[in-house]
Amino acid sequence: MAESIPLLKIEDLHVQIEDKEILRGVNLEVKRGEVHALMGPNGSGKSTLSYALMGHPRYEITSGNIRLNGEDLLDMGPDERSRKGMFLAFQYPMAIPGVSVVNFLRTALKSVRGQDVPIREFRKDLREQMAALQMSDQFISRYVNEGFSGGEKKRFEILQMAMLKPGIAVMDETDSGLDIDALRVVSDGVNRLRETNPEMGVLLITHYQRLLNYITPDQVHVLVNGRIVRSGGKELALELEAEGYDQIIRDAQASDAAVVLPQEVTV
Amino acid sequence: MSATDDLKVEQDYKYGFSDPEQFVFKSRRGLDEQVVRDISKMKDEPDWMREFRVKSLGYFNKRPMPAWLNNQVLNDIDFENIFYYLRSTEKQATDWNDVPDDIKNTFDRLGIPDAERKFLAGVTAQYESEVVYHSIREDLTKLGVIFTDMDTALREYPDKVKEYFGTIIPPNDNKFAALNSAVWSGGSFVWIPAGVKVEIPLQAYFRINAENMGQFERTLIIAEPGSFVHYIEGCTAPVYSSDSLHSAVVELIALEGAHIRYTTIQNWSKNVFNLVTKRAVAHKNATVEWVDGNLGSKLTVKYPAIYLVGEGARGEVLSVALAGKDQHQDAGAKIIHAAPNTSSTITSKSISKDGGRTTYRGLLKVYEGCENVKSNVRCDALLLDDLSRSDTYPTMEIDESNVDIGHEASVSKVGEEQLFYLMSRGLTEEEATMMIVNGFFEPFTKELPMEYAVELNRLLQLEMEGSVG
Repeated sequence: MAESIPLLKIEDLHVQIEDKEILRGVNLEVKRGEVHALMGPNGSGKSTLSYALMGHPRYEITSGNIRLNGEDLLDMGPDERSRKGMFLAFQYPMAIPGVSVVNFLRTALKSVRGQDVPIREFRKDLREQMAALQMSDQFISRYVNEGFSGGEKKRFEILQMAMLKPGIAVMDETDSGLDIDALRVVSDGVNRLRETNPEMGVLLITHYQRLLNYITPDQVHVLVNGRIVRSGGKELALELEAEGYDQIIRDAQASDAAVVLPQEVTV
Repeated sequence: MSATDDLKVEQDYKYGFSDPEQFVFKSRRGLDEQVVRDISKMKDEPDWMREFRVKSLGYFNKRPMPAWLNNQVLNDIDFENIFYYLRSTEKQATDWNDVPDDIKNTFDRLGIPDAERKFLAGVTAQYESEVVYHSIREDLTKLGVIFTDMDTALREYPDKVKEYFGTIIPPNDNKFAALNSAVWSGGSFVWIPAGVKVEIPLQAYFRINAENMGQFERTLIIAEPGSFVHYIEGCTAPVYSSDSLHSAVVELIALEGAHIRYTTIQNWSKNVFNLVTKRAVAHKNATVEWVDGNLGSKLTVKYPAIYLVGEGARGEVLSVALAGKDQHQDAGAKIIHAAPNTSSTITSKSISKDGGRTTYRGLLKVYEGCENVKSNVRCDALLLDDLSRSDTYPTMEIDESNVDIGHEASVSKVGEEQLFYLMSRGLTEEEATMMIVNGFFEPFTKELPMEYAVELNRLLQLEMEGSVG
């Protein structure tokens, strides 16, 4: 792959749900091995971006582009995107009653790789990844996300990520609902995976700065009202933590009023 | 006429093939007293059985068609167009090599001889009206286990048969039990001596080959005190353009401390009416389990029942049903608590797709004075599309207050979010749907011996193919 082609390139992305526009022109570029944090207040469109990246059928992309390794994702379903290396760690993972964790992981791995994984290799990798995430062996025979605590759900998302080894991991509020110990285990998991897969890109979507104490971002972006209004280094997260989103929201509204409104009127 | 003339090929039904019809005796179409007497005469039965049949025919004729079923479909049965008895071969074989080639070919294609070698303690194979093959492991015979077809049992163990036959399901119990009692043929007779535990399953296999055939097997299992048996039955039929009728009666008796598990994987082709009466009695500290899987048929009507008549008896009905296009699975369970300290569980899982219809009909009854009864009823229905339908009719008659009864019912659809989650892990929509379906049936599948679980999942996959997108 040519060095100049970014891992993930989002260009002027507009997304609507049921005729309501949520993302209004998002631009973002993640290079191989980079960690980007996407922060923003509730309702700014963070989760919408994660679903749109993964290809949720209800999130309609009205214009713009998503490219992974230079390849246009828009015509692909979520399964195909996953096979191309996209991974979403869900904020609210779904329960699949009656389907064991081990069966689910093996099927997913086979689907993503396009071929069966030798059982010995699979077991070995699974055992190691689970140990690192401090998950007990009994976990594999439980049903996917059924009766899991909040922390177990998040760990399981990281376990899936560790097993599937995606090109880029989008982590949607993986820190929400975690106590400090669980947060550390989860972030260690991500960091470990980055060490073994240094090409992997990460897009961390979070409301709070605290996750960034454990996973250091190369860049921080602030999403407000469907647009990235500021980008910067990791110090931007600290600034937000100290000052809150209020000022940034006001600034964004002011610039919306000045620049965007006339455009919208013409639509 | 040749049975293959109007053979209709149905792609997703693997067992839809038929073999040339051959018979040494075939009753004429339709049903009257002469047909019943002919059957009895063919079988050289004792007088009591002949009279039992004739009396049953009277009940059948007198009883109206039940009006509370899916009568739009049920009333399509043309009782006058059915062959009630067909004997394909003169002699029952105990070696597969002695089974006539055409019939052996059928069972080979169904994998029965192979299964017998690998993991069964005994097999009977019924083809049309008669059992054509039968075997049981020698060590079980030495222990006194009886596993044979019902006709042979009537000849060789007349006293045992007479003592129990028709005692759990009397001929006038319902219209179809009356029909079976009049024209029954084949089925299994199982008797397990006290204290004997048959650890590997006995299997019966039922095959309808001829068109417009009626199969009316009759099964009776008696487990003496402290014994155990797991009996498995499987059923298939060819796909014809006109209908066949399967109407069995199955009676189970679990004496003190005995344990009977009865597993069914019914995969009739979609032109078979499957109207079956199954009932068990569990005595003191006995356990009866019905594990009942219904995938095929045009209309299935079946509510396996357990009468808990002795203290400490335990009953479980675990069933799944899958109804596709033009199919109606009307299944359920009945549990009667007639003694204190008895417990029961009913778990029913159904899936409807492509306009198919499932119905759960259940009865839970606790008689007054039956203290400390525990029961839990759970019915879950999964709809795969908006065309399909599911109805639940649970009836509870609880005449004792000191009981612990739980009931839960749910109807759900395969959710967009579940599909998205699985697809985000690389599964296609079809694979994702299949995974959800398999998971939904998991409480059932995990109760099956491994070979059957694999087979069931494979059948489900065949049924599900092409039903997405």
